[in-house]
Amino acid sequence: MSGVEGYMYPNEINLYWSVLIVLYPYITGLVAGAFILASLVRIFHVKAVAPTYRLALLTALAFLIVAPLPLTLHLGHPERAPEMYLTPHSTSAMAMFGFVYLWYLMAVLVFEIWLDYRRDIVLLSQSTTGWKRMLYRVMTLGSTNISERSLAIDERAGWIVTLVGIPSAFILHGYVGFIFGSLKANPWWNSPLMPVVFIFSAMVSGISAVMLLYMLITKLRKLRIDMPCVDTIAKYLFYIFIIDFSLEMLDLIHRIYEADESFRSISFMVHTKLYFSQIVLQIYIGTFIPLFLLALVQVKKLPATVRKSIYVVSGCLIEVAVLSMRWNVVIGGQLFSKSFLGYTTYKMSLITREGLFMAIALTILPLAILWVLVKLLPPWHETEDGEVHAVSTPTL
Amino acid sequence: MNINRRHFLVMMPAAAIAWKYVLAGTPEASPNYAMTDHWWGMLIDIPKCIGCGNCVRACQAENDVPDGYFRTWVERYLVTDVNLANPEVISPDGGKEGFPAAQEEDKGKYFFVPKMCNHCADSPCTQVCPVGATFISPDGVVLVDQTYCLGCAYCVQACPYGCRYVHPQKRVADKCTLCYHRITKGLTTACCEACPTGARQLADLKNPNDPIHAFLKTHVVQVLKPQMATGAKAFYNGLDGSVR
Repeated sequence: MSGVEGYMYPNEINLYWSVLIVLYPYITGLVAGAFILASLVRIFHVKAVAPTYRLALLTALAFLIVAPLPLTLHLGHPERAPEMYLTPHSTSAMAMFGFVYLWYLMAVLVFEIWLDYRRDIVLLSQSTTGWKRMLYRVMTLGSTNISERSLAIDERAGWIVTLVGIPSAFILHGYVGFIFGSLKANPWWNSPLMPVVFIFSAMVSGISAVMLLYMLITKLRKLRIDMPCVDTIAKYLFYIFIIDFSLEMLDLIHRIYEADESFRSISFMVHTKLYFSQIVLQIYIGTFIPLFLLALVQVKKLPATVRKSIYVVSGCLIEVAVLSMRWNVVIGGQLFSKSFLGYTTYKMSLITREGLFMAIALTILPLAILWVLVKLLPPWHETEDGEVHAVSTPTL
Repeated sequence: MNINRRHFLVMMPAAAIAWKYVLAGTPEASPNYAMTDHWWGMLIDIPKCIGCGNCVRACQAENDVPDGYFRTWVERYLVTDVNLANPEVISPDGGKEGFPAAQEEDKGKYFFVPKMCNHCADSPCTQVCPVGATFISPDGVVLVDQTYCLGCAYCVQACPYGCRYVHPQKRVADKCTLCYHRITKGLTTACCEACPTGARQLADLKNPNDPIHAFLKTHVVQVLKPQMATGAKAFYNGLDGSVR
């Protein structure tokens, strides 16, 4: 049998979860991470990262809109997907996805963005014409009172929504980890650490994505990058990345030391089929290099241009690391037999519903949605001196 | 033979009924079948299995199993003295056409292990289904409602025994039904029916007269991967410790 080494149960030879299921936790993680960055401003009063506050929220929304797409496209019968809402199975972690997703989308993210932008939307509905005016009018939802008292209520409500949003973000991504971690049939996935590792890697990927987007958009707009802002983001990124890496190493060390019946099989896989994606991409390139670079910034005084380069390189490598980690979990977990006697190969198709091109399209789609959102709900004012300011930095 | 109109009118319904039976291949559903009176399982007697593949072929013919996928399959183990933890296992095309002649028999022991859904009482596959399309029937059979299944394959990932697959044409989860369409009509499963040595025996654990009870009293039986605590109901007699 081509691509099979040793013995696989005959139904295991083809993988059932494809690259789209790799994207699903990756995209959901970006949502959770971006939201946590936004909450730094509103809840934890980290004033320095305020310029990214609104961008973080819009990024979270853009990715959250796309999050269910890879799951739905992967289904054998996508038209039956609404059944998850209508007749959810209470013992299934996956059944809860619909509800956690809807809660997070509507009760947290959309509500918070609306509260934060309400004043702008009302003003835009008065200053624009044509279809834009119509659109903004609809977006006001009839709430056009922008008196100081009304805005103060918005502010307070927004604070509460963010407060609720933090545990919601943890639940959203923690549950994604639980989908894998709770399967006792698969030793590569089965770990109580899985939800925690997923949450921290989500924070790392989301925060670095917003940092990169902020730097890119500011550059494209030919404006000055707010260095205290990116310095602060990088500091948080560094500390959270250390926690994330420590947790992943704890999991790895535990597996090596315990060396249960699956260990030989998993060890072989990590040293062969997953060597490049796990050891080289995820650990050496995606973790050690950015950790070293970010640590350097913390201990050495480096010029702004060098720091900017470090942040861009580290941010990109971190995205590579987290995407590799998702790949190693999802694909890696299906490459070995549950008999622990053999290994199969993942043959990714190109232009099928679950192929590479679809995966690339689904990765680009949130960025296109973000572009529309940024046009529709501008996150920044441009002042005459070219400085970038948050339109309405939340009360600090 | 001279067939007049009267004969024709009598023969037509009779032919229709006969044709219906031919199509079904089995008697009509038994109206006396009460699900709560049964608790189905399977006894697999490893020393009796000769690896002929009859069960696999019968299952595929009975249940229209797609090529390359298996509701049941047979594995051949070769366990040598120095390699107890790492047996050599083969199952060419699920053992459907039997196995190549054994080589180097003197170096270890060969034996065959028929595999199928264990119809677990605490099945991890039904636990994870997001819509409850797969379920345990009151008579202990794990089934899939294929008109309802989303085809997410979460159950495939959750099965520790590799017994499920996503049907390539129907795009829904598929698995052994313990020939539910047969056992509810008083018949045995296709695999048991086809086994020439009686290595597979359908067992009704709720029936006090079922021979399974006498067998369990007098033999040492085991289930696959007992550490998974799935309440597996495929009981293996003579199961070697090397079997995964």
